[in-house]
Amino acid sequence: MAEQKKVRFIIERQDGPDTAPYTQEFDVDYRPGLNVVAALMEIQKNPVTVDGKKVAPVVWECNCLEKVCGACMMVINGKARQACCSLIDNLEQPIRLQPARTFPVIRDLLIDRSVMFESLKRIQGWVEVDGSWEVKDAPIQNPYTAQTAYEISHCMTCGCCMEACPNVGPQSDFIGPSPTVQAYLFNLHPLGKFDAPKRLNALMEKGGITSCGNSQNCVQACPKNIKLTTYLAQLNRDVNKQALKNIFNH
Amino acid sequence: MANKPEKKIIVVGGGLSGLMATLKICEDGGKVDLFSYCPVKRSHSLCAQGGMNACMDTKGEHDSIYEHFDDTVYGGDFLADQLAVKGMVEAAPKLVHMFDRMGVPFTRTPEGVLDLRNFGGQKNKRTVFAGSTTGQQLLYALDEQVRRWEVKGGVKKYEFWEFIKIIKNKDGVCRGIVAQNMNSNEIQAFPADVVILATGGPGQVYGRCTASTICNGSAVSAVYQQGAEIGNPEFLQIHPTAIPGSDKNRLMSEACRGEGGRVWVYRKNPQTGEKERWYFLEDMYPAYGNLVPRDVASRAIYKVVVHMGLGMTNPNRVYLDLSHIPADYLERKLGGILEMYDDFVGQDPRKVPMEIFPSIHYSMGGIWVDREHHTNIPGLMASGECDYQYHGANRLGANSLLSATYSGTISGPEALRLARSGKLGDALTNEELEAARKECVEEFDKIRNMNGAENAHQMHHELGDIMYKYVSIERDNNGLKQCMKELHALLKRWDNIGVTDHGNWANQEAMFVRQLRNMIIYAMAITKSALQRDESRGAHAKIVLKSDYDSWDAAKKKAFDEKNGKYHFDAETGRAMTDDGNDDLLFFGRDDEKFMRTTVVSFDAANSEPEVSYREFEHSLIKPRLRNYAVAKKE
Repeated sequence: MAEQKKVRFIIERQDGPDTAPYTQEFDVDYRPGLNVVAALMEIQKNPVTVDGKKVAPVVWECNCLEKVCGACMMVINGKARQACCSLIDNLEQPIRLQPARTFPVIRDLLIDRSVMFESLKRIQGWVEVDGSWEVKDAPIQNPYTAQTAYEISHCMTCGCCMEACPNVGPQSDFIGPSPTVQAYLFNLHPLGKFDAPKRLNALMEKGGITSCGNSQNCVQACPKNIKLTTYLAQLNRDVNKQALKNIFNH
Repeated sequence: MANKPEKKIIVVGGGLSGLMATLKICEDGGKVDLFSYCPVKRSHSLCAQGGMNACMDTKGEHDSIYEHFDDTVYGGDFLADQLAVKGMVEAAPKLVHMFDRMGVPFTRTPEGVLDLRNFGGQKNKRTVFAGSTTGQQLLYALDEQVRRWEVKGGVKKYEFWEFIKIIKNKDGVCRGIVAQNMNSNEIQAFPADVVILATGGPGQVYGRCTASTICNGSAVSAVYQQGAEIGNPEFLQIHPTAIPGSDKNRLMSEACRGEGGRVWVYRKNPQTGEKERWYFLEDMYPAYGNLVPRDVASRAIYKVVVHMGLGMTNPNRVYLDLSHIPADYLERKLGGILEMYDDFVGQDPRKVPMEIFPSIHYSMGGIWVDREHHTNIPGLMASGECDYQYHGANRLGANSLLSATYSGTISGPEALRLARSGKLGDALTNEELEAARKECVEEFDKIRNMNGAENAHQMHHELGDIMYKYVSIERDNNGLKQCMKELHALLKRWDNIGVTDHGNWANQEAMFVRQLRNMIIYAMAITKSALQRDESRGAHAKIVLKSDYDSWDAAKKKAFDEKNGKYHFDAETGRAMTDDGNDDLLFFGRDDEKFMRTTVVSFDAANSEPEVSYREFEHSLIKPRLRNYAVAKKE
């Protein structure tokens, strides 16, 4: 029998938020269709490094494994992406896994992305409905606008764009492409647009859209192919218009 | 609501049902502590693809709510409480309008109204959808609304917290929970007026399935071990079309077939002997064709692959074909999932047929609840996939988003009503809270220091293999008995687990060991209920064995003989098979007289054994009739 093909992983580990990172290497049996999450699951079943040392299993976050929930984002061979849909066949080996250090590391590949959810509060990322009770039929919508909304609604808060953006991090206060573009989404909705000025004003503040350096990295990193830079540009215009309105209406 | 005293409800689980309940409670002036394994925006509800059923009747088909009601009851093989289902289908159009107002980007017709598509087991276009990521869009809408309430101070979220167990006061009323922070591993006790579990299905009991890794049924099993009854756990839906994978089976939505996808295999034409594509669902079930319900489609695929040997050999799969449909149409209606096939298999389903096989998907069973979603433990409620209500023996596609949301609209307000009723006895004392916390800390410390030879993840893999082998599409009593034995052995081996991570920071391994024990115990409830239910109904199809036959009285034997013509018992397996050369297996019939009852399982702590009994339910509105998808309902 031919020898079982192995896949080598070099994994950057860290025992806690304040401890120093170190690397460990693992071999996993190759099989067709193998992806990074499946390989990490194999390591869980037998957490032994290539040097034969039994270690604690690697810690990471995953839920749906279908590229919808956004949980398993990590840096794979230098690029932020979802581990579940990263097929081994498409990756150069050895495969290097690192946590997305734009966010605080909790342990190993597990990171704390709560800042993204907090930013959604700041841009008021919701439609201000009276309540979940029955009011009347919802307004009819332009199918083309709805299609744009559908595209942006795919954002799974994974943080790939945040990791790729040079303006997100300790050196800047930019809230990042993902939460910013959500403001555009809610401004599109027939009821959501009532609160558009509030969202635009929020984006005028510190860390808002003026902190975007237009590096175009986000749109390349987005696993959902959301045209982030297009909507950021549109938002920028909307914010400027709102700024003028603010001056003349005061 | 200044005149009402403030009440606190704990909601465990932040999927559609948990979020809906939370929203309703906040709107009525209650406060919610919301616990979840993950940021609620990443809950499993977002995996639902195809859509949500509601009779909108905008396609000129004269669809009616009654028709939706009847399809659901008929599709569920008459095991669902009909009053509960009636409430759900009546609420459906209102819920769709609510989601629309909240900004769900539903797919629209050129006129701008909600588009509808076909789904299995229903003849009318009744499914509203947002491309092929409907669950994601609905979940996000509720996530946004709950965030709004978080800002207003109605909700406190505990994300990355694992539910461990409930705490009862001295009267046996559930008045709090113990939970653990998954990062700091700190264990705390939380008091509440009422607790709602909305923790989803137990898919991970089967290992590879279409569910998220967080859907392990651990919370349900925990309260089952604390006295909550389980309803109908033997009814597990096998979705006919999934992409088998080693980490998970990924769902290919039923919407594929709703939009015209066809299932086929190659065969030799019985007349001409030439190789041809055999569209077997269309052949076997002319009226519904590819849109037969999931249990029917799964069994047909299983038969064609396993019994007739017509699947693509190694691996055993059949084709699901969309390649005849124009690419731009596919993009608009199914873009999300087609991309998924490309991502995970590396082939483009717009050009080549997809290779699929059935997979464990959804649990019709769950915690037993009454129509107001109370469990048998006062103060504990359950809603969403973790309860057993609404689907009976089989769930129609696109009814899950509906039942998840609807059950939240019932459990939420009812929890608050109960909290305000003053019938809950005393709140937990500090001593009671501390005692419960301490017990869980000790248990966790014990697990952290386990030093045996077994690996928990390896054992989980074995658990999945056992369950797929004995309790999946086809079951027989020998297999189910064997399964109980193997599960007991597995539970014993659990004591011999060794963990490599003995630390107390983000120790996922120790938490998994605790979940695994709960999963094994839930697996026993599934298996024992399947063993006791000597009939075939919906997702539960039981093969007749010689030993079964021998135990019957003369009248029952006679009826079976008359129904099945010439048959024999296989010498090796004892399974009844037809003599006609096809060797078709023979199944128990549906037995309304004996089994038109809800299975109720309670836990016998002394032996870790499930105890199965049956309970009457409301089925007076629609008279039971035999299901037959070869003809349309009215033919």
